Order: sequence, then C-alpha cells, then structure tokens
Amino acid sequence: MRSVRALAAVAVSLLATSNVAALAAEPKKGGILKVYHRDSPASASIHEEATYSVNIPFMPIFNNLVIYKQDVAQNSMDSIVPDLAESWAWSDDRKTLSFKLRQGVKWHDGKPFTAADVKCTFDMLMGKSQQKFRKNPRKSWYNEVVDVTPKGDLEVAFNLNRPQPALLALLASGYTPVYPCHVSPGDMRTKPTGTGPFKFVEFKANESIKIARNPDYWKKGLPHLDGIEYTIITNRSTAILGFISGQFDMTFPTEVSIPLLKDVKTQAPKAVCVVEPVNVSTNIIVNSSSPPFDNLDIRRAMALALDRKAFVSILFEGQADIGGTMLPAPGGLWAMPKEMLETIPGYGPDVKANREEARKLMQKAGYGPEKRLAVKVATRNIAIYRDPAIILIDQLKDIYIDGELEVVETANWFSKVARKDYALGLNLTGNAVDDPDQSFFENYSCGSERNYTNYCNKEIEKLFDEQSAETDIAKRKKLVWEIDKKLQEDVARPIIYHSRMGSCWQPHVKGITIMVNSSYNGYRYEDVWMDR
Amino acid sequence: MFAYIVRRLALMLVTLFGISVIIFVLLRIVPGNIVDILFDAAGFVDQADKANLERELGLDQPIFVQYVKWIGGLLQGDLGYSYVSEKPALQEILPRIPITAKLAALALLFSAAIGIPLGVISAVKQGTRLDYALRVVSLSGLSLPSFWLGLLILMASVAMFGTMPIFNPNPATWTEAFAIYAVPAMAVGFRSAALTMRITRSSMLEILRQDYIRTARAKGASEASVNYHHALKNAVLPVITVIGIEAAFLIGGLIVTETVFNIPGVARFLVEAIRWRDYPIVQNLVMLIALVVVVTNFTVDMLYAAIDPRIRYTD
Repeated sequence: MRSVRALAAVAVSLLATSNVAALAAEPKKGGILKVYHRDSPASASIHEEATYSVNIPFMPIFNNLVIYKQDVAQNSMDSIVPDLAESWAWSDDRKTLSFKLRQGVKWHDGKPFTAADVKCTFDMLMGKSQQKFRKNPRKSWYNEVVDVTPKGDLEVAFNLNRPQPALLALLASGYTPVYPCHVSPGDMRTKPTGTGPFKFVEFKANESIKIARNPDYWKKGLPHLDGIEYTIITNRSTAILGFISGQFDMTFPTEVSIPLLKDVKTQAPKAVCVVEPVNVSTNIIVNSSSPPFDNLDIRRAMALALDRKAFVSILFEGQADIGGTMLPAPGGLWAMPKEMLETIPGYGPDVKANREEARKLMQKAGYGPEKRLAVKVATRNIAIYRDPAIILIDQLKDIYIDGELEVVETANWFSKVARKDYALGLNLTGNAVDDPDQSFFENYSCGSERNYTNYCNKEIEKLFDEQSAETDIAKRKKLVWEIDKKLQEDVARPIIYHSRMGSCWQPHVKGITIMVNSSYNGYRYEDVWMDR
Repeated sequence: MFAYIVRRLALMLVTLFGISVIIFVLLRIVPGNIVDILFDAAGFVDQADKANLERELGLDQPIFVQYVKWIGGLLQGDLGYSYVSEKPALQEILPRIPITAKLAALALLFSAAIGIPLGVISAVKQGTRLDYALRVVSLSGLSLPSFWLGLLILMASVAMFGTMPIFNPNPATWTEAFAIYAVPAMAVGFRSAALTMRITRSSMLEILRQDYIRTARAKGASEASVNYHHALKNAVLPVITVIGIEAAFLIGGLIVTETVFNIPGVARFLVEAIRWRDYPIVQNLVMLIALVVVVTNFTVDMLYAAIDPRIRYTD
C-alpha cells in the first residue's frame, strides 16, 4: 500500500513538473535582452566587415534568401531553411539556382522588398554595380556566379559558370543578408535598414548598439523580445563582472576564455555556460617565396616540430581541437578521419620521433646545433596571437630554429602580410561557413586576396573545382580529405589548433543556440525570449 | 598686469599652434592609417579599393594641404567628419565632454578635499602614529595604479553588494548617479589626493617653522587659527600649482578609469580614435585638451596673484 502511495506521489509530482516545464517552454513576450559587446565595430554594414563583432548585433536586422535553422547547432545543407525565399530549385544542369521570393515583405522604412533588392545586393558583392562598398571582403564567394537575374518581383535566378552546390551554404551564412536597393552603402554603414525581426535604433561608437522589435515583421508573432541592447565594454574583466553581477543577460557569444569561464561558474553558478568550437584556426603563415622557407625541407621540419597537444593544454586546458584545414569532428562536417590525420607528418602522436626527423631535415638543409637558423616570428599585438606565437618559438628551438617574437600593431598587420614582409608568422583564420568552398578558395587558391602565403598549386586548384562541383556528398568528402591532407603535407599554412570558446547566459534567457561549426551564423535571435 | 595678460594670451596662441603642428605631423608619422585599419579588420588588402578610399578621405593629398584644410575648417568651426562613424566630429565629441568634465572635476574635488586636510593633520601631528599612518596611505596612493584600484573596487562592489557602478546615461536614482561618477572619481583621484597630501604636508612643515607662526602663537592665537588661518594660507601656493598640473595629468588617469568603469567619456574615446587613426577626432580632441591645459595653467597663474598679494605681475 505504501509503495502504491509512493508511486502515486511520484506520478503527481511528475505531472506537476511536466506542467511547469510546459509552462516554462511557452515563450513570453517582452523584455530587453542586455548583452555586453567586446568592441566597437567599424561599421554596421555586415557586407563590408569580416568580424562577428558586426554579425552579432546587426544580423537580427536582416533576412537572407535562405538561412541556417537558428535552433540547430550544426550548420549543414540539411539545416538550411527558406527565409526571404519561400523555396529554391536547381536547374537540371545544376548551373542555375532559382528562388521564389516571399510576398508582402517590407523593409523597415515601409518600402516593399522585391527581386530587384536581391539583384542589387549581389551585383554590389560581385563589384558590378554603380554603387560600391568601401570594402568587399567576400567578393570571392561569388566567383562562380555569372549574374543574378530577377524574373518579375518575386523570383530571382543565380546563373553559375559551373555547378556549385555550396553556393546555397554561402547564401545561408550570417554574412549574406539582403540589402535594400534604395539605401546607400554609406547609410547601411551608419543606420542599416533591413527586413528582419529587429529595427535599428542607435549605434554610438564605443558606447552601445540598440535594436528594437519590428512590429511589422513578416513572421507573425516574432520576435519575442522588445529589443536588444549591446553595451560596448572593451575591458574583459569589467564585462565579466557585469555579467556576474546580473547587469547583463548574456556574455558576448563565444568570447569567454576557458580560464574566465571558471570564474563565471564559481561566481555565478546558476549561469548557463557552453564551450563550443568557433571554426577559427590558429595557423602558421610561411613566406615560401624567399629564403630560408623557400626550402620545402625546412618547412616540413617546422611542421614536424609542432607539439599541438602542448598548445591545446597550455592555452585551452585541453579544450581545443586538432585537425587540418577543415574544422574537426564532431562540430565540423568535413574533417578527415583521425587515422588519416595521423598519417600527415607532424600529426603523429610521437613528438620526440617527429622532432628527430625534423632535425635530420634541418641538418640536410645545412643547419644544426652549431649553425642555428635565426628567424623573426611576426604576429599581431593581440593576446590570442601573441600567446601561441611564444609557444611556437619555444618548440622551434628543438630543431635549431631560434625565433624572435615580432609583434606588429593591428593597423600594420595585414599590410605587412600582403607585402610578404615576414618569414614566419602566426595568424588566425576564421571560417564563416563550414564548407570547403569557403575555406579552400578563400585561403589557398592562387591569387586570392586572403591567401596570405601566396601558396599556389595548380593541381590542387583543379581538385578545388572538382570537389566544389561534386553533388555526391560522400564523394565530395573523400576529395576534401585528400585536398586537406595535401595542403598540410605541402606546409601551405600549417594548422596548429582549432579553438573553442565559452558563452554564458542567465537562466531566464531561453532560445539561445550556439552554433558548433561557425561563430558567424547564429544571431538572428527572433526566437529568443526571457522567462521572467 | 594688463600687458602681462595680453602677453600670456599671445603665448597661448603660439603654444596651441605648435601643438597643432606636432599632433598633426606625429599622427601621420605613426605607421598605418584608417584605411589600413579598415582593411585589416576585413582581413585582406585590395590595393584599388584602398586607393579609392584614401582619395575619398583626402589622405592622398600632401600633408601640408591636409593641415591647411584642417586648420581652415577649425577656424570656421568645422571639425570635419569622423572616419569611423562618418558623423560630424563635433557631434561625436560634444556629448562626451560633460561626462569627462564631471569625472575630472569630481576627482580634483576629491583630491583637494581629502589631500589638503590630511596633509595639514599630518604636518601638525608630525612624528606621531597618525602622521605615519597618513604617510603610508599617501605612499600607497602614489604607488597603486588606478586601473588596479578601479578593478578592485568593482570586484568588491560585486562581491559585497551584488552590483557595480557601471555607466548608465539615465540613472534612475540620485544614489545611482552618485555611484556612477563618484566611485570612478575616487579611483582616479586617489593618486592626486596622495600627491596633494604630501605637498601640503611638506609645505605646511616649512611654514610652521617660520617666525611669524611663533609670533602668532605667542600672541595667544588658537592652534586652529595658527594652522588654518596663518599657516595653510601661506602653504597653499605650491598645492595649487600641483593641483593645476594634476588637472592636466588627469586625462591620462581618466583613460584607464573610463575603460575600467566603462564610462563613455572623452579620454577613452581619444584612445579608441588613436587606435583607429581617426585623424579628425584625434586632432580636434588633442587640441581641446591642449586648450584646457593651457587655460588651466593661465588660471593657476592668475590665482597666485589673487591668493598672495605679494605676487604682482608687472608690465
């Protein structure tokens, strides 16, 4: 009898709990989400910038043609959903991608959204329009697009040179909003107009960014929040203290370092915190066009000398990933299997043996204990660049390379790299989309502006195109693995590690999903709500 | 006296002209300009786009032409546009001035209100435990960096009260408004309070040994009257000089304090503008600061004459 009563009590309590859960799951309207922002962005124009400092506050103002589903953490072709487009279709020859557009969508200033706006946006991105962006960092994404053709007001077609299934992935990125034709690029930098769930209110440099609910949003019932306020706090300690004291509902996404995360968990134990890969790799840029690194043996020796696990344990307390160019699994979709990775020189587990081999290569190139190679290791004067550079210098000592740290002010970093005014450098590469097309063409194709090392291998270039046109995912994956392996063997831009960062929010904030294979695509925030 | 004032005013103009040339040239000697930084943020350099942007911003013109354009605009009240926000420089600078001015004024007030009385007490009680304790406080004030003190205050505030005085442009209560300005002002003013205290102490010690102080005591004047009426009045001149110099130096301390307390004032804005090589903002702000410093020095000199009738600036 007693056990029956106990069972009944458990049943009642379960019922009560499930009711509470159901109630809690019902989104509540209202409230201003307060988030601190890590720095003051250069402008509000997503298309002109290449940092998620811009995507995070301004992505909620816009819509794309298609978008990665915001509550699915892993971006993939399967998680792409219609946004301003109601549907899309590929032509039989896979060289035309057509979109049927949503009817009745209005820009925040009341003007109607049409196919002409899509054409304007992509013509500007391809550098074909009269109006120009001041900077156009992702022009190369659309290299295969011949033109964008509107068919009436509600249909638009992207005509391509050759099939490129990944174009859809690029269009789904937070970096690919549709801009209005009738607003100048200058105005988009200072007071952007979109069709999205939130309207731009104010951007005070070094102070704050405010956006407010768009009451006429075409998705009825959304967004849940009244607005979002980003307070710009450049001092990380102050920002974290602000979150701990409850003055902010959320930290800046994927910006809390592993040691700081410990502080947050200790001082704000109720905070919800996650650590996820950000698809930013820390890598070595090697100037292979001039001595001494024009010698492949020296480049290979350097790659063999890397103890990647040491980097990960020192800088991330073990919470970072080792891989090739593509983000490692389980977050990444395209990384080669571990067994294959370990066959690449320098990735094997026996660091001592690797370094022994490296020393032999150095001796073959004429260096040794008596004749050490002195090089400057250039890097940006920012902690996340400097710290791994120091570890790199330490590791290179084992193979007769004496590195000297050369810190370069941010203002001069890319100019210096573009001039090839370095021998060895440590750099960070962020990938907005977990797709080989974005990574390979942007960073390794001949002549690309972001191919800092000028690595150019025509054979590999053909494989880039081959994988890009491949529609069979399994076949494409195998091709991508081969390419990635070859890039590492060629020491094109040796990848040291892929970092992970933390994000925290107060328990009353609901509906946040931190993406696991990109830190650029998950900030629409139309589903976010506050349970209070 | 009139001729002296005219001479000083003329010197002020020459000083400001010199500063304008120095800041203008220095800014352009520093490697990298706004265009480099904008492309750096985008992670690539497109030489054609870069050249277009430099032309658009007038950075391709000879330095002399750029200087003449700036000064010409400045004399007509046109400060140009911020390269970053693309808004008029004046519109960017003006709202930030009252914030920093309040902070600086409060810090100076704190410095004088704490430093002078404690300096007097320390001098009057020379050699006592109280004197030693106050000297330790003043030494610590001089040696503790304001960013460290600021962070400590914030951490203590969060640990003790569960909140911290972070900037809010529209404070809800009087206490919030007070906390927003007073706490950072104390953090930055602590150092100048310590300096003021040390100067007041040494100056007072010197004065207290003068014959006329002994005479005042012999005539039966009370200790308070001797210390505050006879001694402090004469000891305060070097203190005013120090406070004047501190007012100029305060901008350095405010940069750190505004960053730690996240106050959107002029000092932090200046650092950000330098980082972005936002020439119109940096040039005009530095000129403004230079003007404040020059005017402060001038005012201090005038105050000398007002406080000490023996000082007269002859023609």
